[in-house]
Amino acid sequence: MGLKIIVLAKQVPDTRNVGKDAMKEDGTINRGALPAVFNPEDLNALEQALRLKAKYPGSEIILLTMGPTRAAEIIREALYRGIDKGYLLTDRKFAGSDTLATSYAISLAIKKLSPYDIIIGGRQAIDGDTAQVGPQTAEKLGIPQITYAEEIVECNEANNNIIVKRRLERGIEIVKSTLPVLITVHSSAPACRTQNAKLFMKYKHARTVSELQNESEDYIKLQKDRAYLNIEEWSVDDINADIQLLGLSGSPTKVKKIENVVLKHKEVATIDSNENSIGKLMKELIDNHIIG
Amino acid sequence: MNNIFVYCEIEEGLIADVSYELLSKGRKLADELQCKLNAVVIGDDLNGIENNLFKYGVDTAFVFDDNRFYPYRTLPHASIVTKLFEEEKPQIALFGATSIGRDLAPRVASALKSGLTADCTNLVIGDYTETRTGKEYKNLLYQIRPAFGGSIIATIVNPDTKPQLATVREGVMKNEPLTKPINGEVVKHNIDDYIKNEDFVLDIIERHIEAKKINIKGASIIIAGGYGVGSKASFDKLFELAEILGAEVGASRAAVDAGFVDHERQIGQTGITVRPKLYIACGISGAVQHRAGMDESAMIISINSDPKAPINSIADYVIIGDINDVMPKMIKKYKELSK
Repeated sequence: MGLKIIVLAKQVPDTRNVGKDAMKEDGTINRGALPAVFNPEDLNALEQALRLKAKYPGSEIILLTMGPTRAAEIIREALYRGIDKGYLLTDRKFAGSDTLATSYAISLAIKKLSPYDIIIGGRQAIDGDTAQVGPQTAEKLGIPQITYAEEIVECNEANNNIIVKRRLERGIEIVKSTLPVLITVHSSAPACRTQNAKLFMKYKHARTVSELQNESEDYIKLQKDRAYLNIEEWSVDDINADIQLLGLSGSPTKVKKIENVVLKHKEVATIDSNENSIGKLMKELIDNHIIG
Repeated sequence: MNNIFVYCEIEEGLIADVSYELLSKGRKLADELQCKLNAVVIGDDLNGIENNLFKYGVDTAFVFDDNRFYPYRTLPHASIVTKLFEEEKPQIALFGATSIGRDLAPRVASALKSGLTADCTNLVIGDYTETRTGKEYKNLLYQIRPAFGGSIIATIVNPDTKPQLATVREGVMKNEPLTKPINGEVVKHNIDDYIKNEDFVLDIIERHIEAKKINIKGASIIIAGGYGVGSKASFDKLFELAEILGAEVGASRAAVDAGFVDHERQIGQTGITVRPKLYIACGISGAVQHRAGMDESAMIISINSDPKAPINSIADYVIIGDINDVMPKMIKKYKELSK
């Protein structure tokens, strides 16, 4: 039998390590200069899906992402790691969607991929850190959710249930839920495996229709002959979405104001690491009642 | 109707600190908006819990008491809160940005098709003009939060949907009980009207929650370690200095992810926000997310072998060197000087 697993993932600007190139002169961050990466916790989620596939033969993994055409990059990265198929939700009409509008679009795409057993994604994306799309999608699908998963302990297809270890702020919880279920994965879960060389060779030419537009006829023919190289692209119409519920009109939250954080420049005193200098610093701290 | 609601989390039969912080803020917002402050409490064995709420100025406490409601599970809590909000139509609803609040609030927001802002660091009442339509809104809730890894501060509003939902990080709002409790009211609805059998499809098989023992937020001195500390064993030196200084030990996300210390010590955007008198950053490079959680410290000392570490630019003192070399010298010198 096997499980049908849908992995939710997002391509995000890498906000973790903001290098000098991404800093503007006024001390703010040039967000456009940040590299686009596979959202880290979505990789943790992908690993859990790949482990399930290995443990339960006959399982299938589909990756679903929403974003601009270049987000097909993360679908390829996932194909190199062992997923079976990728879908990219892409349409200008999705632009400006907040978490509610995003979860509406994603839930419609998932319904189109029904039936399924497990929906799994990262807890949150590093560009927004909201952790909202997972639970909101689960609500729209009318299925239970297990947030902050650290490990899928066991999945029992015959009894239609799954046992998951969750990482909470101050502890852990092991829960059992019926299937289908939506799971969000915490960063403390095992890291994702690296790309597989054979799969890389197999899928390196996987493309979406949009990406093929600028390619030669020969290249397009090669794609047609090998259906597995086709990365499916879905628009608003493909998922039969109500455009009023998408983009800015479908987003109840509005951004009133954005302020750039300016990194303060102040006088910095550099202290040598010898005993004498450290001693002087400690004395100063004690004298000023900062410590002691 | 159109009041402010705070979802109160229960920990071991008590109301969580973050909920008291939200009630304190909620009371002020309610006074400003001239509406009521209401609380919803869902748990087991909650007799008399309302007396704690009245100390924070709760006008009406909606209490749902049943042995199936503790420990927290998403679906029954979400069903109750959703239906209660449909009936009561609050204008504002606040949740802690905790494991529970961040699990529950989006589920409720989705069911109510209302806007939700995560991890707010400030809440302010103000007006808003929609730029596209020119439509004016009075007395909206400004939900202020860092985004993009802490590189921007965004002010979010939900003009057209109610309630305006927000989660707020622990430790951001002050915990301020009133000088005199108010004479509030308790409402206990018939539980079966609020839940369905399908809400109980998830069972908790095991649960291990550590007692809340670390108080990093309240510490006036914090010694925090990053990935550059190098190992769990080297972290012990931080604990040693913390012990003699009466400080707490914090960590960056990288150090937590590397397994050097527990999650509960994580400082930064997805961890705790701190404003100590002294912050000693050891082997922390200073990613924006980390700085977002500590850059308001009164004094920052950075110990780092990399003179170019970004954290150095916001530090008052920079010691260029290895933790394993510098820490023992600090400990030794402090002991000598404080004799």
